[in-house]
Amino acid sequence: MKLLFERSRPGRGMEYLPPCDTPAADFAPDALRAAPPRLPELSEVDLDRHYTELARQTHGVNDGFYPLGSCTMKYNPRVNEALAALPGFAELHPLQPAGTAQGALEVLYRAEKLLCEITGMAGMTMQPAAGAHGEYTGLLLIRRYHQSRGDAARTKILVPDSAHGTNPASAAMAGFTVVAVPSNARGGVDLDALRAAAGPDTAGLMLTNPNTLGLFDPNILEITRIVHEAGGLCYYDGANLNAIMGHARPGDMGFDCVHLNLHKTFSTPHGGGGPGSGPVGCKAFLEQFLPAPRVRCADGAYRFFTPEHSLGRVRSFYGNFAVVVRALAYMLALGRQGIPEAAENAVLNANYLMHRLAGTYDMACCEAGCMHEFVMDLSRLKAETGVTAMDVAKRLLDFGIHPPTMYFPLIVHEALMAEPTETESRETLDAAADLFLQIWDEAHTDPEILHTAPHNTPIGRPDEVSAARRPVVRYAFES
Amino acid sequence: MNIPAELKYTKSHEWVKEEDGVYTVGLTDYAQKELGDIVFINLPAEGDEAVAGGALADVESVKAVSDVFSPVTGTVAEVNEELPDEPQQINQAPYDAWIAKITDVTGTEELLSAEEYAALCETAKE
Repeated sequence: MKLLFERSRPGRGMEYLPPCDTPAADFAPDALRAAPPRLPELSEVDLDRHYTELARQTHGVNDGFYPLGSCTMKYNPRVNEALAALPGFAELHPLQPAGTAQGALEVLYRAEKLLCEITGMAGMTMQPAAGAHGEYTGLLLIRRYHQSRGDAARTKILVPDSAHGTNPASAAMAGFTVVAVPSNARGGVDLDALRAAAGPDTAGLMLTNPNTLGLFDPNILEITRIVHEAGGLCYYDGANLNAIMGHARPGDMGFDCVHLNLHKTFSTPHGGGGPGSGPVGCKAFLEQFLPAPRVRCADGAYRFFTPEHSLGRVRSFYGNFAVVVRALAYMLALGRQGIPEAAENAVLNANYLMHRLAGTYDMACCEAGCMHEFVMDLSRLKAETGVTAMDVAKRLLDFGIHPPTMYFPLIVHEALMAEPTETESRETLDAAADLFLQIWDEAHTDPEILHTAPHNTPIGRPDEVSAARRPVVRYAFES
Repeated sequence: MNIPAELKYTKSHEWVKEEDGVYTVGLTDYAQKELGDIVFINLPAEGDEAVAGGALADVESVKAVSDVFSPVTGTVAEVNEELPDEPQQINQAPYDAWIAKITDVTGTEELLSAEEYAALCETAKE
């Protein structure tokens, strides 16, 4: 399809704004740009068609089933959008006095209180813009804590080998050395390896529980105890909180700080539609280091304040505020009963789909039962038929299903990781299971149809190698 | 699968060739096949210390980012400057596309013969 710049014609455009009725200001010549910016010039209908065409080429949870593992692609209720669009929120200016934006401060305050209750934390910052940003912020908290005690020897962060790639990346960005901890045969943390790795140089452990195999680590209390006894802190990656929210709290498992993904667990837009939000919570002894500004309430008034030893801002203003409005709407709509019920249904849906496929597809580690997601290992299918996880993923597109996460976690070869979420009905899950079984048969009878899939989509197999090796990220004007 | 008889191998799928105290390290044919198309490599700097079993470089394929582990402890004497511009050389000719040459070697990982490594790859496939 054509780019906006390719659709542009000189002089075409839309005149929504009335002529300027204030006198032009005089700027020094060196403060002015020499040439006007080269913006595309289009009529409204051209612009509308451009974005409509883009929308037709995508697949969202509004189009169909989206079981992308570890991403919790749950439905985003319309009521969230209606509330975030209220003029009192949407027309706020971030610099207007707090006294004129009390409702907005109350949203930040109440969201923090509810999220702290769900995670078992004492305080939280809404600043981080997404999950990895939250990880980074949490690691800065851990660093501040050790620095405040004069303990400069703690340079290492322990990360299980089943972790999301962002964990070691965030630890490296925060200046730590990453030590990988191997998994045991049941997919949990190998306790002996953890004991051997933990020591006076351990700053902390980053853990996702349930982990990326969809398993709740039964040794979690022992794991956090080992790290604490070595003098380190425990960081909870909230990527998979959807499986346990309202049932088990990271704070009670022994974690000292956490990040959440509001765009996963709390039903705010995820993916290209974002933006995300990655609040970071911590126990009381770390609250003094949290980023500023936070909100507190006294005598019925909400005010911003800066914690005593705050590590400063990690983002402009108050984070992605409108995302917090949506998450609060979701929590209040579900309530004390609805939140654990959502987790139960997410786990039930994952187990239902897994058990329908388990007689055919090999499962990694979790055949006895999983949490909110499960991992299929297609190594045997590849050896028998030459059909890869990629081929199966591409074939699903032909039937309007977004593929599961591919080739992750790295400890499983030919992995397909499926997370149906609580959004889906039994009918949707049954239709998806029938399709997975049909594709298994196709792999044995007509593998070519899988190697050449998808056949029914506007885009089939983009050249991802060239896209990674020679990315074109800016438009090259002809003159 | 191509496993040259004259090279030594690690369990983490690096090959190593020793000549006059210079240890040349690269990724095996099996590793490049499993990784898929490699699109980026992060090389060590010359003069860096390499630790047997520790990360020496990292490679990014369309599937994942993976560490390349050093088979030996020593000093990085030379790195293959062509690879950052043409990481696909590792896919095309894994045993020509060396990653680093290590000298002043004081210790090594447990190294496998071609025969032992072939057996390891067979087990991994099952």
